[in-house]
Amino acid sequence: MLTVAAAKRRGTFALNVRFELPTPGVAALFGRSGCGKSTAVNIIAGLLQPDSGRVVLDDAVLLDMQQGVDVPPERRRIGYVFQDTRLFPHLSVAANLRYAQKRAVGAPYVDLAAVTSLLDLAGLMNRRTHQLSGGERQRVAIGRALLTQPRLLLLDEPLAALDEARREEVLPYLETLRDQLAIPMVYVTHDFAEVLRLATHIVLMEAGSVTAQGTVGEMSLNPRLRSIIGPDEVGAIIDGVVLGVDSSSNLTRVRVGQGELNVQSRGLAAGTALRVQLLARDIIVSTRIPQHLSVRNSLAGIVTSIHGDDDDSDLITIDIGAEEIVARVTKAATRDLSLRPGMEAWALVKSVSLRGHAFAARPK
Amino acid sequence: MWLTASESEALRLSLDVATRSVACSLPLAIALAWVLTRYRFVGRTLLDALVHLPLVLPPVVVGYGLLVLFGARGVIGSWLEKAFGIELVFTRNGAALATAVMSFPLMVRAIRISLENVDRGLEEAARTLGAGGLDRFATITLPLMLPGILAGTITAFSAALGEFGAVITFVSNIPGETRTLPLALYTALQQPGGEHAAARLACLSLALGLGGLLLSEWLARRLRRLLGR
Repeated sequence: MLTVAAAKRRGTFALNVRFELPTPGVAALFGRSGCGKSTAVNIIAGLLQPDSGRVVLDDAVLLDMQQGVDVPPERRRIGYVFQDTRLFPHLSVAANLRYAQKRAVGAPYVDLAAVTSLLDLAGLMNRRTHQLSGGERQRVAIGRALLTQPRLLLLDEPLAALDEARREEVLPYLETLRDQLAIPMVYVTHDFAEVLRLATHIVLMEAGSVTAQGTVGEMSLNPRLRSIIGPDEVGAIIDGVVLGVDSSSNLTRVRVGQGELNVQSRGLAAGTALRVQLLARDIIVSTRIPQHLSVRNSLAGIVTSIHGDDDDSDLITIDIGAEEIVARVTKAATRDLSLRPGMEAWALVKSVSLRGHAFAARPK
Repeated sequence: MWLTASESEALRLSLDVATRSVACSLPLAIALAWVLTRYRFVGRTLLDALVHLPLVLPPVVVGYGLLVLFGARGVIGSWLEKAFGIELVFTRNGAALATAVMSFPLMVRAIRISLENVDRGLEEAARTLGAGGLDRFATITLPLMLPGILAGTITAFSAALGEFGAVITFVSNIPGETRTLPLALYTALQQPGGEHAAARLACLSLALGLGGLLLSEWLARRLRRLLGR
C-alpha cells in the first residue's frame, strides 16, 4: 500500500493531495496539465519537500514532516521515469543501465538480462543516447529505473513527448512491465487512452487537489472524470474474463458482470483478464428483447438512473448484474421509451465498436 | 635544437610556472564556481567581485598586493615560511602564485558557465538512481562540465604563460628562476642589439599561443561529439 498525503504552497498554486494505492497496482494520476500531478510525483520521489505531509510505502515511512522524517531520494528505492528521459548524454546506453545497476540496493528482482529482453534493449547497448529515437530513449529510461530494483516506479508522462506511432511502440512494454514484474506504479498522464490501457486505479486531480479516486471500473462512471475526458470518451470500463472463442463467428467471448460480450480481440486464452470499454455513445438502449438486429451484443439489466448530460441527451445507467454500464441517448428517446429507474432494459453494442485490452494478471 | 640555451630555459620555466599555477588553481576554481553557482548567501556578490578583481586591476597592483601578503614579512608569507619552509618571493613558486591569481578569473568564468549549463534534471535523475552527493558530482556534474573545465584550463594556461606585470613585481626577474618568456622578451628589449633575440622570443610566444588555441578547439570539438551536442 502506498499512502500519500501532502500539502505544498508555491506562490498562488496550492497543492493538497491525499490518496492510497494498493500495491501492486498501477495508479494513474490523471488530470489536466498544470493541476499538480508532477508536483505530487516529485514529493513521492523526494525531489520536492512538501510543507506538510506523509508518504508511506508498505512498511517504510519515507516522509513524515511531523516526525521530521525525510528519506533522501537516493535512499527511497523509488524508480523515476521522466518525461524527458534524462539519459546521461556522456554515457552509452549500456553505461546508463550499469549506472543504475551498480547503485541498486536490496534484493534484486530483475537483472540486466531480464530488463534487456523485457524492453528489447539488446540492439541499443553500444549506442550513444543521442542516437536513439524518442521511443528507444524512453525504453532505456524505463530499463534504467528498473535496474535500481525499485519498490515503486514513478512515470511522469513518459509518452507525452512522443508521437502517436512511438507511443504505440512503447505502450506494450509498459503493459508487460505491469503484468510480469507486478511492480507498483504511479503513472502521471493527461491522456485517457493510456489510463485505459495501463491503470488499475485512477487518482483524479483538479487544481492541486484529488477530487476522486478508485478503481478504473468505479471511476469510469464518475461524473467528475466525465467532465474532464469529454463526452465522446465517456463510457463504462469493465474488467471481464475471456470465456473462449466463438467458433462460428471467430469473436472472443468475454464475461462482463452477469452478461457476455463478443469482442474482436484475438489470440486470448480462456481466463485472461480483458478490459472492455463500452462507450456511452456506442450503446443503443431497448426496452424489449431485441430481435432481428445485426448487433452481436445485448446485455440485459435494470435502469438505475437517468441524468441529463447536455441540452439534448441523457446518460442512462443500467445495472447489468455486478457491473454498471452507461448509455447516451437523446432526451427525445428517453421520453418516447418512457425510460425511468427500475425499468428492464437491454443495452446493445456492436462488436466492431468494442476494443479489449488484455491484463495478464487480473487487477484486484 | 634551434633554441639557444637561455631561450629554452625561459620556455621550460614558463611551461613549468604555468603548469604549477593551473594545477593549483583548478580545484579551487571548480570549488569556487560551484559555490558561486549553486549557493545564495550574503557576500556572494562581494566574493564574485574579489575573484574578478585581477581582471580590472593593473597587474602591478596585484604584484604589490602579493608582496604585502606573501612577502617575507607579509602575514601569510611569514607564516608559510615558518610552518612549511615555503618561500615565495624570488622563486618560481611565487611566479606560479602570481600567474595563478591573474588567470584565476578567466578559469572561474569558463567553469562557471559550463556548470550553469549542466542540466539539474540529470543530477536529479542520478539521485533517483541512488547516487549520493559526491557520487553525483563525480559521475554526472564533473563530466558534463568537462568542456568548460578544459576551456578554462587552456585559457588560464595561456594567460599564465604571458603574465608579466604581477610576476616581475612580486618575484622580480631572475634568470632560471622567475625569468619566464615575457620577462626574457622584456629583458632582451632592454639590451642594446637585443631586437633579434626579442623577435625570436616573440615568435616563440606566438607559436605557443596559437598551438594552445588550436589544441583547445580540437579537444572541445571531440568532447562535444562525445556528449552528443
